[in-house]
Amino acid sequence: MKHALALLFALCVGAAAAQIDSTLLVSPPAPDSTRTPALNMDAVYNRPFLTFDKIPVSLGGYVEAKVQHLGTDGVNDGTSFALQRMTLFVASSIHRRIKFLSEIELEEGGKEIAIEFAALDLEFHPLLNLRGGIVMNPIGAFNQNHDGPKWEFNDRPLMAVRMLPATWSNVGFGVFGKRSSGPWTFGYEAYLTNGFDASIIGNSEDRTSLPAAKRNAERFTESSNGMPLTTAKVAVRHQRFGEIGISTMGGVYNQFQVDGLVLDKRRRVDVIAIDVNTGIKPWGTSLIGEWAWVMVDVPATYTQQYGSAQRGGFLDIVQPLYKGTILGFADAVLNLAVRGEYVDWNVGTFRETNTRIGDEVWAIAPAISFRPVPGTVLRLNYRHERAVDVLGNPPSVTGGLQFGISSYF
Amino acid sequence: MFRGYHAVFITLFAVACSKLEPAAPAEDSLLDGPVEGLSNEEHLRFLRGDVAFNDEVFHADNGLGPVFVATRCGSCHAGDGPGHPSTTLTRFGQSDANGNTYLDQGGPQVQHRAVPGVAPEVLPDNAPSARFLPPLNTGLGFLDAVSDADLLAWADEHDADGDGISGRPNWVERKTYSPLRADAVEQAGQVIGRFGRKGAVYDLLQQTANAYNQDIGVVSQFEPIDPYTHEEQDPEIAAATVHDVVFYLRTLKAPIQRDKDNPDVIAGEAVFHTIGCGNCHRAELRTGPSPIAALAHRDFRPFTDLLLHDMGPGLDDGYTEGSASSAEWRTPALWGLGLFPDSQGGTYFLLHDGRAHSIAEAIDLHGGEGQAARDAYQALPASDRDKLLRFLQSL
Repeated sequence: MKHALALLFALCVGAAAAQIDSTLLVSPPAPDSTRTPALNMDAVYNRPFLTFDKIPVSLGGYVEAKVQHLGTDGVNDGTSFALQRMTLFVASSIHRRIKFLSEIELEEGGKEIAIEFAALDLEFHPLLNLRGGIVMNPIGAFNQNHDGPKWEFNDRPLMAVRMLPATWSNVGFGVFGKRSSGPWTFGYEAYLTNGFDASIIGNSEDRTSLPAAKRNAERFTESSNGMPLTTAKVAVRHQRFGEIGISTMGGVYNQFQVDGLVLDKRRRVDVIAIDVNTGIKPWGTSLIGEWAWVMVDVPATYTQQYGSAQRGGFLDIVQPLYKGTILGFADAVLNLAVRGEYVDWNVGTFRETNTRIGDEVWAIAPAISFRPVPGTVLRLNYRHERAVDVLGNPPSVTGGLQFGISSYF
Repeated sequence: MFRGYHAVFITLFAVACSKLEPAAPAEDSLLDGPVEGLSNEEHLRFLRGDVAFNDEVFHADNGLGPVFVATRCGSCHAGDGPGHPSTTLTRFGQSDANGNTYLDQGGPQVQHRAVPGVAPEVLPDNAPSARFLPPLNTGLGFLDAVSDADLLAWADEHDADGDGISGRPNWVERKTYSPLRADAVEQAGQVIGRFGRKGAVYDLLQQTANAYNQDIGVVSQFEPIDPYTHEEQDPEIAAATVHDVVFYLRTLKAPIQRDKDNPDVIAGEAVFHTIGCGNCHRAELRTGPSPIAALAHRDFRPFTDLLLHDMGPGLDDGYTEGSASSAEWRTPALWGLGLFPDSQGGTYFLLHDGRAHSIAEAIDLHGGEGQAARDAYQALPASDRDKLLRFLQSL
């Protein structure tokens, strides 16, 4: 891995000849995107980078670690520490209108290493940019805007990482653009990429699971079935009211033929998501939410354990309690926050009884976060989660405390 | 440097966390969990079996099917309780003691589900069949350890005592991989079956290997014939894993009765015996010797005699197993009855195929050898019926 990073770094340095576009590779983080003209789609660039005179490369990254003491139905595994992830960014402006950025993530102490983003952007017009490489499919908002230091909670939303497959990256090409007019900003993205495989209905989760497809690293070198995954999103932001985005992702997930021999019909997976990022300006409150629906063509002769529809979402409410000097940090912020989340993994009814299928989870997580600087957060969460099995039996209840840190570097 | 107040802080943090975490449900409200008295080594093996039973999910890439009923053991036995209509099995091909005549057509079980691209099995036209709800798992080790001699002592095949109850064992062929019990009684080369709705399964190894094969489509060294190709195949699961699951099933605790000191519950049990329910649903059994010390020589209360009884035409689906007639069913244990809805999505699905949606309805559907008790139940004053039901719900 070290060799790969060194090679990537050398390539970036060697290939870049122009000055860095300082408007894109920013030094300070933007903690509250409702107050900037940037859209969620800009999150990939809207990060702090270290820049160097006469070197056309910017470096950055973030780290996340936590300690937790959670118990389920009276049984706990004690206190557990985890380095959830360390992510490195390497960016370069090859030309004023040609940029490259990569994001390499090491999860769980290096157990998983993934290139989450490695794409070249060519600007033909502000409304027409070409992006190619490993891209983050713009489904919902969290998938592209997932950096730990931006959030007040130690865990990522269930809906984003266990229903949708954040961080969901694939090789492909696409276009994007953005235009501002007065208080309004409009943006769009559209990509064709490699995509899912049959593991979404054949996995160890025992339920329809889009994230199961993330385990197939071959999607970075070839499609599982030759059918591209289409992802598209439009978003609009008003400087006063915030941003709303609507996105869709869909394609054939199964290997329907091999060597020209038909094995099955073409089966699709489709996702629709709505994301909102707004706030209550007088109070400084921010509201970030996302809701998605997943539709999967599951064979009628397969087990009902694997549902053909899922739905879920989350809402984060963050209320600054104090802004000012705390412990010598001049611009520190103390926040009170709460997250509510829900996922129904299997929307439908049993054929045999016509009763509702269970398999759902909801959770609430109140939190206190302390930001000594905008790009660094210390967060204390209490989590209460109730999960119901597929039959709808009495829920298993999980609860406990989590404390963590996350910071850009 | 670590200081004393660090330890105080960590201790307070841990205590605070524990208080914020959900409490464990009462032990008597759960069907799962190990029997008391297992050694540490036995606990470890129980956990291995628990993981294999509840967490190991099969899919197309690790042995599922290609035709199957379920993707893991636990999906048919939520919380180790009985199943749900969505996991009901369809058995077919045998109508009398002469054996299954549909083995060449996919018998004895329909695998009505299949991995994508494969057609599942369908029930052959006119084949005798019955739908079986997956049974309760808990306490199986106790039932396994009852001696054959006890079963034979309770049998009364020709109703010699004239009480209208004529229980008998199901004599079955023993699979070569199932070891003979130390105290086994054989008759014409056959042994006494005690598991399954018809009591046609000799031991928990046969039950487990057969479930992997017929329910999940996973072949093992014990049951190497693939239910789809009907050809012998290499094992898709290690023999050690099958044995761990068997150990898990043997060492699941017996359900714990609740409210047993409640006067209505006590009175209800008296009614239970007075009207004759206990003639088949035998309250107290005792285990014989067992290599698992926690199971050896124990008294327990399952409310079954593990024998076959003719339940009348209403429950005769025309299908059978072993030497049982199609109207005969092995007395199901009643322990854990009050907790069944917690495994069945909040609703009762009782009797062999889940057709009864309450305890009272299940009693009303008793016929044959159970008819006298049913009639007596229906003739009870309402208060006595309520007490009886209260007792049954306490089990």
